[in-house]
Amino acid sequence: MRYGNGPQILHGIDLDLEQGSFHFLTGPSGAGKSTLLRLMYLAERPSEGNISLFGHDVQSLGRLRRHIGVVFQEFRLLDHLSAVDNVALPLRVTGIKEETVMANAAELLRWVGLEEKHLAAQPSTLSGGQQQRLAIARAVIGRPALLIADEPTGNVDDAMAMRLMYLFEELNRLGTTVVIATHNQALIDHFGHPVLYLERGALTRIDRRNGEGVPVSLEEEGE
Amino acid sequence: MMARRPSILPLETDGSGRFLPWLTALMVYLAALAIGGAMSLSGAIDRWDAGLAGTLTVQLPRPVDGTPLAAKDVNAALDALRKTPGIVSATQLGDDAQAQLLKPWLGDKADALSLPLPVLVDVHVADGAAIDTDGLQKRLNAIVPGAAVATHDRWLGRLFRVARAIEVTAFAIVALIAVAAVATIVFVVRTGLLIHSHVIDLLHMIGARDSFVARQFQWHAFRLGLRGGIIGVVAAALTIAAFYAVGMMGANGGEQAVMPSLGLTANGVSAAVILAVLLPFCAGGIGLLTARLTVLGALGRLP
Repeated sequence: MRYGNGPQILHGIDLDLEQGSFHFLTGPSGAGKSTLLRLMYLAERPSEGNISLFGHDVQSLGRLRRHIGVVFQEFRLLDHLSAVDNVALPLRVTGIKEETVMANAAELLRWVGLEEKHLAAQPSTLSGGQQQRLAIARAVIGRPALLIADEPTGNVDDAMAMRLMYLFEELNRLGTTVVIATHNQALIDHFGHPVLYLERGALTRIDRRNGEGVPVSLEEEGE
Repeated sequence: MMARRPSILPLETDGSGRFLPWLTALMVYLAALAIGGAMSLSGAIDRWDAGLAGTLTVQLPRPVDGTPLAAKDVNAALDALRKTPGIVSATQLGDDAQAQLLKPWLGDKADALSLPLPVLVDVHVADGAAIDTDGLQKRLNAIVPGAAVATHDRWLGRLFRVARAIEVTAFAIVALIAVAAVATIVFVVRTGLLIHSHVIDLLHMIGARDSFVARQFQWHAFRLGLRGGIIGVVAAALTIAAFYAVGMMGANGGEQAVMPSLGLTANGVSAAVILAVLLPFCAGGIGLLTARLTVLGALGRLP
């Protein structure tokens, strides 16, 4: 994968995420994690090769994107909308009844620990941690089949990080495939899910069941 | 408390969209004036046509020595007219009626000037009857030398052609205004797409389809078009009312006799009211359709 005529950012990526799996994606900064995530949530098309989602080759992006929840690293909250309206956005674009939308959004915001008084607040008036929880609530409100989160616990304290991780696990138990990009080794160690390690554009899988975190080349694994 | 559902795209805050209602108002104002002018002219022509259709005017001049025409010659000419197939009636205009015709030019003292006026005969022709005016004129000449039959067809036909040309021009102006409106909306919508590209990109990421984004733009454009349309129609109505008021104040008897009234016919008034109601919706509709097609076209080119 490369942008235009720029350098190759990812190469030889052959990744098959099993439905209902839970993966951490980690690696040094600049390794290409964000690019890999952008390919996963269909913000980019690969310069070579192809992407298949939910058993379908990626053609109708609009339809597939509704099944993907994304927590962006920079949150991408809309400041002209209130907190609750930001969270409601994925449901509103699908045309669900307004009462259902608002009830779900308010409930989810309370679940991620935002108080009643924050529901009508503009995102820019909230703290970094609160904005992050808002972004997470927006990503999960549509009960996505695939949840992709880029550093979703980067701006929250440990207790809230654990609480959010349990939310992701709960979604995962309900069948959502989860990919979480993080640098937080403690979190990775605590939850023990398979790890995708990206370095210099190449991906390896570290399976916790295979010894003590020994990297396994994806090509080797496939053999 | 039921909060008002917010606009997902903050289009109201766009600087480019703020001038759109005023631009639309100006375009609708010009279009309404063009249509109003064409309708007014059409009404005037219709009234002239209705007043003059099926009529002829016959002039029986006095002998060259200026003495009044003999009554028997006048009666013979009237008989000849009445016996002509297709002619319903032939009535000699009285002195009062002739003085009334001359009044706009010569004033109240026209009858005191002792002018050698010809005898005028107002002839009514049956609907659809074709009169051989040349043959009729020859027969009348045999009775009264110099008798002339005047049909209004020639000059009325020329007037009709001019009027139709003005109407076509007016509708061409309206069409050009519509094209300008479409171009303006395309520009505003494209600017809006650029300004809000980060929101649109996010909407796509969370599964919004192009038609969803298009709906945000199209209803915004409809509201702006409707608002501008109402302002334009009201301004045009006031302008046309002012025109009539000024025209009525300045008109003297002569102008009123020669010029047809520019007021609308009863049907014309109904049509004008319907148009005044429809025009803002047309402006809104053009906005809606143009915005939708522009957004769908632009987003359709994205990966």
